[in-house]
Amino acid sequence: MVMRKRSFALTVYLVLLMLPIYWLINMSLKPNEEILGALTLYPHELTFQNYIKIFTTPDWYQGYINSIIYVGLNTVISLVTALPAAYAFSRYQFIGDKHFFFWLLTNLMAPPAVFLLPFFQLYSTFGLIDTHLAVALAHCLFNVPLAVWILEGFMRGVPKEIDETAYIDGYSFPRFFVLVFLPLIRSGIGVTAFFCFMFSWVELLLARTLTTTAAKPIGAVMTRTVSASGIDWGLLAAAGVLTIVPGAIVIWFVRNYMAKGFALGRV
Amino acid sequence: MTLTLTNVTKTVAGETHLADVSTELHPGGFYILLGPTLAGKTSLMRLMAGLDRPTEGQIEMDGRDVTRVPVRKRNVAMVYQQFINYPSFTVYDNIASPLRRSGMRAEQVDTKVREAAETLKMSHLLDRLPGELSGGQQQRTALARAMVKDSEVLLLDEPLVNLDYKLREELRVELREIFARRSAIVVYATTEPEEALIMGGNTLVLHQGRVLQQGPTTDVFRHPASMQVGRSFSDPPMNYAAGDVRQDGNGNREAVLAGGIRLPLLGHLARLAPGRYHFGARASHLSVKRNREDDLSFKAAVTLSEISGSETFVHVDFGEDHDWVCQEEGVHRFELGQQIDVFVNPRDVYAFDTDGWLVASPVRDKTRQAAQ
Repeated sequence: MVMRKRSFALTVYLVLLMLPIYWLINMSLKPNEEILGALTLYPHELTFQNYIKIFTTPDWYQGYINSIIYVGLNTVISLVTALPAAYAFSRYQFIGDKHFFFWLLTNLMAPPAVFLLPFFQLYSTFGLIDTHLAVALAHCLFNVPLAVWILEGFMRGVPKEIDETAYIDGYSFPRFFVLVFLPLIRSGIGVTAFFCFMFSWVELLLARTLTTTAAKPIGAVMTRTVSASGIDWGLLAAAGVLTIVPGAIVIWFVRNYMAKGFALGRV
Repeated sequence: MTLTLTNVTKTVAGETHLADVSTELHPGGFYILLGPTLAGKTSLMRLMAGLDRPTEGQIEMDGRDVTRVPVRKRNVAMVYQQFINYPSFTVYDNIASPLRRSGMRAEQVDTKVREAAETLKMSHLLDRLPGELSGGQQQRTALARAMVKDSEVLLLDEPLVNLDYKLREELRVELREIFARRSAIVVYATTEPEEALIMGGNTLVLHQGRVLQQGPTTDVFRHPASMQVGRSFSDPPMNYAAGDVRQDGNGNREAVLAGGIRLPLLGHLARLAPGRYHFGARASHLSVKRNREDDLSFKAAVTLSEISGSETFVHVDFGEDHDWVCQEEGVHRFELGQQIDVFVNPRDVYAFDTDGWLVASPVRDKTRQAAQ
């Protein structure tokens, strides 16, 4: 009886959860006339035209490519800078280490809009506007602190004696870090990469402001479906579906690490 | 290679971990660091390894100053109390890692690793990951990794303490045999006096960051230089009672202990001049029954009686807060508060002066038998 109640509740929850996504997919497979016409629960006139348009129009697919480039770049930069920082925080004591650690976290508390103007001014000066690097660097503002925070939790779980044993065995620091240490926190790295990816992928404000054409993210492209003939609903829905896909793929890859990461680290 | 420590002091955040430690360790020697938790055993080992630097003092290897030489440039090996291995390496790779780092050829590494694994009886485990092993096997891996390297100093920080009783006894014997064949300096930390006695070699008794006494293990055990050494190097700790040695008009001397117990000054105690002393007796020398003609007996109340296997520890109180522990073979049952006779032979009693330094210690059994 209890089991049935529980599975019933779960089913209701899942349906509620999946409903908007189903509706998005539903819409993306309909022509605009059907979307704007009568309410249909499934596509009566099934069409892949919306998807075909996205994959054949450079403006559209370039948006995805741009987003993937700067998100990938950001994830790499965040990890490469956060790994040594997190190691230092987890292993050494230095003056003001706790304050510094907290200060890093405060970077997550400020809304990105606050940094919009300084970023724009700064990147204009250096000629970085409308490059993938500009967005990737801007997103480091909140991804690096987050990465340091998560990784530090994982590194703290590795006994310091392992480091010392490696030194006793004659490992140099870089060798030890890459060969011995990194494999020990690979689930932490997986979780961190996922979060960096996710935050960078969904962020729109900085990405849109710092780009014009060459590095325009998909989010910005989607706002362009408004034309003289109204909003292209089907196309927008198809773009939305395609935007979810990379995130879903990444989650699929790190799903095993995620459970472990949530249990071990401080996510 | 000789390792010399001169006036080594280590303070961390205003707290003294080691105070003025001086010692000299010789190659082929087996050295035991004995002391309770927080005595400074691990701190001392970390300095010997080069993992930490002393606040003051000097560490030399064969006369060469290595005080500031980092661990990577010293030829040492260390085994921790916790089971420390590289979790992502197989047992084979774990053992091979120090050899590979030293640039040894692969065939030679293979021979050495298999040899070490054979010695520690773990050849069948080489392909496993440390996480798939039992605690004892994990520690064997760590020991193998430390031993495969031909290091000049081998440091073992309570390596057997986290293992179960059976395994500990087994490994202890094996280790002793393995170390006997090596020409390295082997340093072994332990909290257990019994373990120190079984392992033999030399002992450094540590207490609150100071080396209280050092010398051959049995000598240190038989002649504890101070009351604190007696406490540390005895389990349960040595029992103490203050007393006065008095001389009557005829020149006959005897000691009167707390509680009015009269201690005849037999054997080594005969030399004691009149004055105040602390007398000490090991729990194993106290008994609840008369074992010898000249045993001294006194009345005491039982405060606690613990039976551990084939031995009974009887805690007795004979007034003025004198709680003594008496270790008796066999299982004995006592009521709490029961008045019993406790026996001790004066020939087994140690005498310390008022500053706690040894004045008279029992002569060895052999010589005593010869004298009788």
